[in-house]
Amino acid sequence: MTTLVVAEHDNAALKPSTLNTVGAAAKIGQPVHVLVAGHACAAAAQAAAKIQGVDKVRIVDAPPYAHPLAENLAALVVSMANAYSHIMAPATTFGKNFLPRVAALLDVAQVSDIIGVDSPDTFMRPIYAGNALATVQSSDRIKVITVRTTAFEAAIADGGSAPVEATEAGPDAGLSRFVTQELTKSARPELTAARIIVSGGRGMGSGENFKLLEALADKLGAAVGASRAAVDSGFVPNDYQVGQTGKVVAPELYIAVGISGAIQHLAGMKDSKVIVAINKDGEAPIFQVADYGLVADLFQAVPEFTAKLN
Amino acid sequence: MKVLVAVKRVVDFNVKVRVKADGTGVETANVKMSMNPFDEIAVEEAVRLKEAGAVSEIVVVSIGPAQSQETLRTALAIGADRAILVDASADVQPLGVAKALTQLARKEAPQMVILGKQAIDDDSNQTGQMLAALLGWPQATFASKVKLASGELEVTREVDGGLETVAVKLPAVVTTDLRLNEPRYVTLPNIMKAKKKTLDVLKPQDLGVDLAPRLKTLKVVEPSKRKAGVLVKSVEELVAKLRNEAKAIP
Repeated sequence: MTTLVVAEHDNAALKPSTLNTVGAAAKIGQPVHVLVAGHACAAAAQAAAKIQGVDKVRIVDAPPYAHPLAENLAALVVSMANAYSHIMAPATTFGKNFLPRVAALLDVAQVSDIIGVDSPDTFMRPIYAGNALATVQSSDRIKVITVRTTAFEAAIADGGSAPVEATEAGPDAGLSRFVTQELTKSARPELTAARIIVSGGRGMGSGENFKLLEALADKLGAAVGASRAAVDSGFVPNDYQVGQTGKVVAPELYIAVGISGAIQHLAGMKDSKVIVAINKDGEAPIFQVADYGLVADLFQAVPEFTAKLN
Repeated sequence: MKVLVAVKRVVDFNVKVRVKADGTGVETANVKMSMNPFDEIAVEEAVRLKEAGAVSEIVVVSIGPAQSQETLRTALAIGADRAILVDASADVQPLGVAKALTQLARKEAPQMVILGKQAIDDDSNQTGQMLAALLGWPQATFASKVKLASGELEVTREVDGGLETVAVKLPAVVTTDLRLNEPRYVTLPNIMKAKKKTLDVLKPQDLGVDLAPRLKTLKVVEPSKRKAGVLVKSVEELVAKLRNEAKAIP
């Protein structure tokens, strides 16, 4: 029995989420294949072949997969599915978008956002915004699973030498097409992979004020995140959002500035190793999860914090 | 154009749920229930399309226990025209729900099915995508903007890297994200009007679907609690503790 990991990549390179998903696949304890479906994606396939613990890379290189349109990608995975007992993808917007189609077409359940593997058919996953953890068992013939990347160690990206096998592409379903994208360009680390995150909430007051957090983040080599309130108010773009339905992060250090700590925000960051909260409201719920809380005016505290770092 | 909207009755988003002592699940007795926030956004979007003249009829559906009728009445009060309850136990799972919605969609023949991207109780984020696959329709998930063009929808989606716009041929399934719209408050006159709108109750057998759950929940536990933290009195103290105690910064 073999596990298929559907790689998330941009044709030139793999996304870190793929490595965490291979890490999760390793816990199932059976051979792992990685599917790299894209267009002009040989480089991504080569990278997948180097991952330790990968037994084979299957490459499908054709125009219908230039962008991971759910209709095309799901049909492709379904055409390959019978060789596998487990099909996994990261629980990123990439994986969440297409994998349920695969499950439905195979007439099996999907287990979303797993944080643990108890056995090949039993998994742990968060429910109710992570306020409860459920252990679920699937008796379906193929297990279809999305993986919470922060819960699994990344497989080592070097040292492997798996064969790369070209697999036949499917047709373009012609039901959807990519029009355009607006991606945030930043020299800072990606939120879900960052070691340190500085995050701002409604208390920041404006997008302009986020410059204070950026200065702190630069000193720390950190990523910058935000609460839903800050995104809704237009302070920062949507991809900054940390929370139940935004990004789930688990950095070494999470610094929450002007964030009250609503249930839905905590869902996205409460697994951080160290949590710092800076807020002028001493009653804010964030202080209940903070390891270190500073009740202060962030407009004084944050610049002072930045200045005290070398 | 007819639109089908699917809604789910869930524990209200403000409630901090408690895990039952016997580990079988979460305490839901006597807990406030509401329409799943993402589904509310879906109903609102359908109503706005109707107010703009693009949609002629909105049918709202829920697959769940009898109390889901309250949720459907709320949707009718927001502006849906007709409601359908598929009377099922509370333990329905996405695949079963998608199968029921597939049968309803085949019966009602809408040009669009719109529903929330995920329910805030099980956080699965699967139903819309499964429905689209079973119908053989395209999907546009995590929508933050929906534009109707001729024969297709142009949908801007919130993705991990920012925003992505796709065009999907109609009929299509759309799942809503937070910023698609801000749902209106339901007014008393509309609540009264909603009482007169049709609400049909069907049984799963009427649709020929098997809603038996596939995944078995073995146990439910609370996540491990964090150690209590401390309040520091100054930035200086914070930096010292982060450096020396937590060793989180150099």
